[in-house]
Amino acid sequence: MSRPRSSRAALRRRSCWRWAIQSGLALAGVGLMLSSALASEPPPQRQRELTHLVRQECGSCHGMSLQGGLGPALLPADLRDKPADGLAATVYHGRPGTAMPPWQRFLTEAEAAWVVDRLISGFPE
Amino acid sequence: MRILFSVLLVAFLGACAGTPPLRGTGDLALIIERASGHVTLANTSSRQPYARIGGLGDLSHASAVYSRDGRYAYVFGRDGGLTKIDMLAGQVVKRIIQSGNAIGGSISQDGRIVVAQNYKPGGIKAFDAETLELLAEVPAEYAPGQFSKVVGLADSPGNKFVYALFDAGEIWVSDFSDPRRPVTQRFPAGQNPYDGLVTPDGRHFLAGLFGEDGVAMLDLWQPQQGARKILEKYGRGEEKLPVFKMPHLRGWSVAQGKAYLPAIGRHEVLVVDVATWQEVGRIPVRGQPVFVMARPDGRQVWVNFAFPDYGKVDVIDTLKGEVVSQLAPGKGILHMEFTPRGENVWLSARDDHKILIYHTENLTQIGEITADAPSGIFFSSRAQRIGF
Repeated sequence: MSRPRSSRAALRRRSCWRWAIQSGLALAGVGLMLSSALASEPPPQRQRELTHLVRQECGSCHGMSLQGGLGPALLPADLRDKPADGLAATVYHGRPGTAMPPWQRFLTEAEAAWVVDRLISGFPE
Repeated sequence: MRILFSVLLVAFLGACAGTPPLRGTGDLALIIERASGHVTLANTSSRQPYARIGGLGDLSHASAVYSRDGRYAYVFGRDGGLTKIDMLAGQVVKRIIQSGNAIGGSISQDGRIVVAQNYKPGGIKAFDAETLELLAEVPAEYAPGQFSKVVGLADSPGNKFVYALFDAGEIWVSDFSDPRRPVTQRFPAGQNPYDGLVTPDGRHFLAGLFGEDGVAMLDLWQPQQGARKILEKYGRGEEKLPVFKMPHLRGWSVAQGKAYLPAIGRHEVLVVDVATWQEVGRIPVRGQPVFVMARPDGRQVWVNFAFPDYGKVDVIDTLKGEVVSQLAPGKGILHMEFTPRGENVWLSARDDHKILIYHTENLTQIGEITADAPSGIFFSSRAQRIGF
């Protein structure tokens, strides 16, 4: 008696997963280095919310056009030499001893990485 | 003869139609539309807009001061733009770019000098109020080659301007008695002053400190005594709550002999007796206060908040010393402005794209004006006040 189709499909999916996990582990080192580049894209609606958050709320210190204010400028040229991971950590955890607060109540680490990625490449309007 | 009379009458009426009616400037308002580089001009008696002007650049954190006759508004944009607007004609008179990154400005006691405060390059610049010609500048070079961002600029009697240096932790007083040759005095203040105010009598300058719990106070009548700390260690070593927007200070915080000041990293309004400069109370509120503004008669103090609590407004009764009303007027309440005698307050609701007009006695909304992402609201009655 042959396996039901659904079970065969499940087996295929499992082997698929195994492959994915193995390749995933192999890529983990690279992935860490490129974490911001590989950061999962938030859905479009969330991207709009995050863009609004950055322009308006981050903008109260960094300027709505991100050219800096009480906080430093966040334009691509200003961020070029800074590691993306460190910038994402600053967004997420804040910077003790400075005016930069932690934003972790309002976005996930992956979203912070997405924001940094967008800042480095030129932030959407 | 009758024909001649008729012709003259028609000509007379025609001339009348072409001339706008005379009007005063005491009840006008300028609303900053931060995202689109526009300002809307409105009338605070009719509570209606009457003009909208564009092309003012980056107006995030823009502010305005008025000429002493209330006719001209000087708008300081974030991008260093300084625009002189004729409030009656509803048009731009002159516009210059005076720096790369600015944060506001002030106008002298005699109304002849407009001063802009700049982040980049850090310092202040003085302009002729009539022509916007550059008169002098005072770079905020606190150590050789090191420039500070300038905050809290306010005018004080004697054509002086007082301001604080965020990076240097100092208060500077620049005397523009000779507008082209200002003389500057420096006073150590404390860590990271974030904004400042001159009391309504022009005597004291207060600088709120971000880097430590406390407020620096300089007696401008006796500056030789130096700045001293008031409200020192109000946090008492407790862990601070995150501050998602810096509070703003201005002389409106003083009411009934007390100053109502935002705490930093605490959801409280601090109350100080301005005779002794001792703390006399603290009032719990629903967020990090940004503007703590007394109604002109001092009976109420209205408080708005930093993100994410900026949909709320708390109203303090100064007789009871506590919050008596908790309002939720709209989305992104960024600024508040009282009519000169306090019967109304205008609130900007940035994310509702509206100015909400409230009656301050019964706390009901009595009107609104549409505006694109409004932030600051500036009434022409500021023209007559010290420290604005």
